[in-house]
Amino acid sequence: MEIGLNHYLVLSTILFAIGLVGVMRRKNLLMLFFATEILLNSVNVAFAAISHYYGDLTGQMFAFFVIAIAASEVAVGLGLLVVWHKRHNNIDLDNMTSMRG
Amino acid sequence: MFEAIAFYLFAFLTIAMFYITVTTSQALYALSALAAGMIFISAFFFILGADFLGAIQIVVYSGAVMALYAFGMMFFDTTRDVKEKQGNKFIVVGLSVISAVLVVAIFSAPILGDNITALYPMIEGAGNTQEVGLVLFTKYLVPFEVAAVMLLVAMVAGIVLAGKKMDASLTLMSENDIRLMREEKNKKVLS
Repeated sequence: MEIGLNHYLVLSTILFAIGLVGVMRRKNLLMLFFATEILLNSVNVAFAAISHYYGDLTGQMFAFFVIAIAASEVAVGLGLLVVWHKRHNNIDLDNMTSMRG
Repeated sequence: MFEAIAFYLFAFLTIAMFYITVTTSQALYALSALAAGMIFISAFFFILGADFLGAIQIVVYSGAVMALYAFGMMFFDTTRDVKEKQGNKFIVVGLSVISAVLVVAIFSAPILGDNITALYPMIEGAGNTQEVGLVLFTKYLVPFEVAAVMLLVAMVAGIVLAGKKMDASLTLMSENDIRLMREEKNKKVLS
């Protein structure tokens, strides 16, 4: 039984769907960050698989850049979250409606 | 054969861990399951021969990102249960599946059209780390530098955002000063 590219793409789809469900149903912003990490990781799996099956290193390069972007996103996002928590004492998404038109 | 066994085992484990992450109501369970899922994801990279990427995945996610999230969970009040949005479940699941299938279509469209050619083919006889170094520091040098600058900007932003009022050290101040500072802070919050 040979594991092909399609297996990895299907796995990536399943992980991406799980992450999207998390993004849509979570209310706590910290939990929302967890779901975005799942999204980024599922795409990384697809990149690495395509890179392997086509003998090309570009996919792995982009996976590196995605990891770098994820790390900086966590740093900035947690900083903003700390500021919001200091000021309002909760991090629920439904309370962040100050920009409602 | 062993590749297939490893793939299915780690696929099952990863999906289970990420499912726990998005469905549990305890923040601590979500964090632990996410860390475990990240480790299992790195197994796919090792199976695919991307050794360096797998090592980076473990170091960055399980080391740096999880430490940051653990810090965040100590800072926020995570002992209470996380409240969920009460929405239509079918809409949520349906939209997620449609978007995920769209992502796969985006990935597989050039493959089906036979439009992919290897831009930087792998070099015979070189290890994965060596290949990555060769490509990263020749063809992708400028994006690499831009990513470095972006990480620096993120670090400065993190310090500026989270480090306010951290110049006052609680261990070096006298009890009286601490009490005065707390009262002043309470006044600001109430006003």
